[in-house]
Amino acid sequence: MSISTEQPNEVVRRSAAPPPKRRAISWTQRPGWMSQHLGTALVGAALGYWLGHWFGNYISSDYSYVANSGQNSIADTLALVMGVVGWLAGIGVLNYPLAKIAGREGKELEDVKDWTRYVRLSSDHKVVGLQYVVSVLLFFFTAGLLAMAIRTELLSPTFHMFSADTYIKIVSEHGTMMMMMASSIVVGPLGNYLVPLMIGSRRMAFPRIEAFSFWLFTAGYLVIFSALPYGGFPTGWTGYAPLANQAGPGMVSYLFGFAIIGVAMAAAGFNIAITIVNYRAPGMTWSRVPAFVWGILATAGLMTLATPSLFVAGLFGILDHTVLTTFYVAEHGGSSYLWENLFWFFGHPEVYIMALPGFGIVAELLPVFARKPLFAFKVVVAGELGVAVLSFFVWQHHIFQSGIDPSMRPLYMLTTELISIPTGFIFLVGMGTLYKAKIRFTVPMLFCFAFFFNFLIGGVSGVFQSDVPVNVTVHGGFFVLSHFHYTILGGLVFAFFGGLYYWLPLMTGLEINKKLSLIQFWTMFVFFNLTFFPMLIIGLLGQPRRVFTYARALTGLNDFASVSAFCLGASFLLFAWTLAYSLVINPKKSPLNPWDSLGLEWQTAQPVPVHNFERIPVIMTDPYHYSEEGAPKLADFGGGSSARESSVPPTDNETVLR
Amino acid sequence: MARETMNEEPRHLRRLFAVWFVSWIIGDVLYWLLLGPHMAPGDMTKSAHWNQFDLNVLFMLCIPVLFGVWIYFAYATFMWNAKRKSCPEPVGGPAAETNSRAQWSWIWITSVTVVLLAVYGTVALVGDNGSGGGEGPSPVWNPPGTVKANTAALAGKATWQPNSDQVLVVQVIGQQWKFTYRYPAFGGFETSQLILPNDTAIVFDVTSLDVIHSFWAYQLSVKADANPGYNNVAYADTEHTGPFQVHCGELCGIWHGSMFNSGSVVSQTDFMTWAKKTEAQTAANTANLPPMAWTYTPDANGASGGLYPDGTVTPYSPSETYGAKQPAS
Repeated sequence: MSISTEQPNEVVRRSAAPPPKRRAISWTQRPGWMSQHLGTALVGAALGYWLGHWFGNYISSDYSYVANSGQNSIADTLALVMGVVGWLAGIGVLNYPLAKIAGREGKELEDVKDWTRYVRLSSDHKVVGLQYVVSVLLFFFTAGLLAMAIRTELLSPTFHMFSADTYIKIVSEHGTMMMMMASSIVVGPLGNYLVPLMIGSRRMAFPRIEAFSFWLFTAGYLVIFSALPYGGFPTGWTGYAPLANQAGPGMVSYLFGFAIIGVAMAAAGFNIAITIVNYRAPGMTWSRVPAFVWGILATAGLMTLATPSLFVAGLFGILDHTVLTTFYVAEHGGSSYLWENLFWFFGHPEVYIMALPGFGIVAELLPVFARKPLFAFKVVVAGELGVAVLSFFVWQHHIFQSGIDPSMRPLYMLTTELISIPTGFIFLVGMGTLYKAKIRFTVPMLFCFAFFFNFLIGGVSGVFQSDVPVNVTVHGGFFVLSHFHYTILGGLVFAFFGGLYYWLPLMTGLEINKKLSLIQFWTMFVFFNLTFFPMLIIGLLGQPRRVFTYARALTGLNDFASVSAFCLGASFLLFAWTLAYSLVINPKKSPLNPWDSLGLEWQTAQPVPVHNFERIPVIMTDPYHYSEEGAPKLADFGGGSSARESSVPPTDNETVLR
Repeated sequence: MARETMNEEPRHLRRLFAVWFVSWIIGDVLYWLLLGPHMAPGDMTKSAHWNQFDLNVLFMLCIPVLFGVWIYFAYATFMWNAKRKSCPEPVGGPAAETNSRAQWSWIWITSVTVVLLAVYGTVALVGDNGSGGGEGPSPVWNPPGTVKANTAALAGKATWQPNSDQVLVVQVIGQQWKFTYRYPAFGGFETSQLILPNDTAIVFDVTSLDVIHSFWAYQLSVKADANPGYNNVAYADTEHTGPFQVHCGELCGIWHGSMFNSGSVVSQTDFMTWAKKTEAQTAANTANLPPMAWTYTPDANGASGGLYPDGTVTPYSPSETYGAKQPAS
């Protein structure tokens, strides 16, 4: 069921005898500056933006959103829409579908070998994975800088660095960018890079859709960033209407940005889920699929099913802004509750989109460094799937006090608390795997331990929110804020960093400097907790979220959190330096399989060759047979020897990132 | 070989259990004595009192959970560390992959705990009439007398006397960027001061004039979103006099951060004096206010509680506008 026999043969043929070079190359595929790349994408975006803006003004020049404001939301919206279309056309996403529509045979993507493939449309999942690494970090650092601005403002309740207006827009931009980034931080980079390697496939099911999802994701970054020059938006990442209806043109960037990020997520999720279901190597039965891939599969399902609701919510908001519909305006027959429900129906699965990949990474890394098999594999899978399913039935706990039908409250309290059962499984699995293990405290393992420490606090503080009576005190305050930073930053981002430190040697063939990464880990872990633990207390003492001023008595705690946050920011700078030092300034070749992992992804050459495996492996067992005498071999790589032994050393062209 | 090493090894689980059990008992007792009485949100109202108790129950439940995991990880870091010379070689194989007793007991213990928590939360919620949370326009858990008092308030027939066990109706109107309060029992005057009588059941009718706000009276343990066009009802039963904080709990625009003030719970006679005085002082202003209504923004049909203070519009009435079935609530 899982694999077509034709696909491996076809690729084997290709790798055995490289295809003849194509002679006639159209202008869109000519290598060098004239072909399509990031530069043409930027030009396309600028042209599209200009065209959309002109057209919007042309058709509705006197159609102000607010009387005499000079703000024409139709022009703003069309500018962004056309800008994104221009961006996609400029990078070349549209070539293939347009050719097909025109009834012609679409051209295959050019096989660029040099570094410029990282700024081009690529159908290689490894290239897309690394593109994602860079862009999620760009997202993360941009939004992180905004967090520094927030903590600077909160140093004093009376002395203000920013105007109230600027401050609330910084808060909103920070939250939105971080949420957009976090929903792709693992699935984008690691999911795209590793899933085919872990299931023994040479490719993704739909490489074009994969590339499309990435370039749409980056367009989302540009669109949400455009909110700042547009004057920002005041609604926070939750974008509640009717405040959103009242807001200026920056709101359109939020609504449209979130909508296209939703499309990008759905496309990525759809592609990954289908890849996992259909492209597993022979013998890769469901019980042999690694825990990380299960986590990504559950996440991909959530991404595909939850984001349409976000898209619709954003679309309604854009219509409210442009053609003055009143979906969210109670006075004219709409409802402010419509946004709340649509948004959180997406928003809660989104929360687990930001948790499950972290579970997957941790479950994947623990056995390697504990030198023991993964404990209770079926429980991990059940936990990941259980969380995914239940996450669709809990969204109203975000709006317990909003005035919705109160009789549903006990139900949502129950479902929300039930979800902590499958969430708790990750602790059972972690503790079981560590039992009588022989733990090597490498940097990735330290990140796993930190994940458990942080996620425990995040998870336990979540139970407080779900209890309706306690929710009255903690909702909308710093307690919630701290809770979700503990789960997303403390859980997911820690797991992601652990995963990066673990898999970067595979991706780049280079070693990450141990000393630097160790310092980076400890500063990040310590200052993360020193930043966010005080916020739990601040929240219990009654400080609401998103405020620029607060009770004088809370100055000490807020200052402590701020100073720690600056140190946390410095630890991320150190992370950037660690990567720059290890990969660019002083690169050292990493030994093959430096962690002694049994994972399939490590059994091929390092860095991974273009087609992943010499031959499609036949999987014999699951990849967790650590410390087991007479354990079965993981896979048959064909010809009696593993691909790793038989593969030729990577050629210059294949050395990634150098 | 493997079996021999196991026999020599200490009984890890027993050891862990003992350390865990003692430490969480100590942790819980210390918590109960030192932190519990000071926990948010205090005991100014009945719901605050119960919510504080609920918060303490949750904390005392989470202490064993936190300690359990932390102690286990600390123990693993120490005992099963590859750097430790006496760390035995791990044993893989089927026995290390599953242990159905451990798995099932984990699943059962967490499931039972979680379901009990949900049952407890429901009992606390229902027993305390919504725990001070906003229950929307048609609350299902009502303290005695509140529905009648609220209906009377809308009809302009609200009254309140000290020492009469009467329910006091207060309307909270959120607007960018402050809360104002109307007291229908005293001619429906509007003020930005929130003064409440002690030992009194209070109904808050929370609505908004513009965007979503959230009326959060921290010490009263009341939190109810203020939505334009909707009435969100929350209850409080005051038990102590003193000042309390009011914040906006839902991001409502630029000055959200400064949308706070303080109110106070005073004795019933003091409240009566204040209310009568304010009623008289604001009489000229009150005459220009729209009649008391659940909301003050026009509904879908343009009918309104009083955006237009010409006296011709009828108070907003969902049942008249939509028949028996109310819109989205």
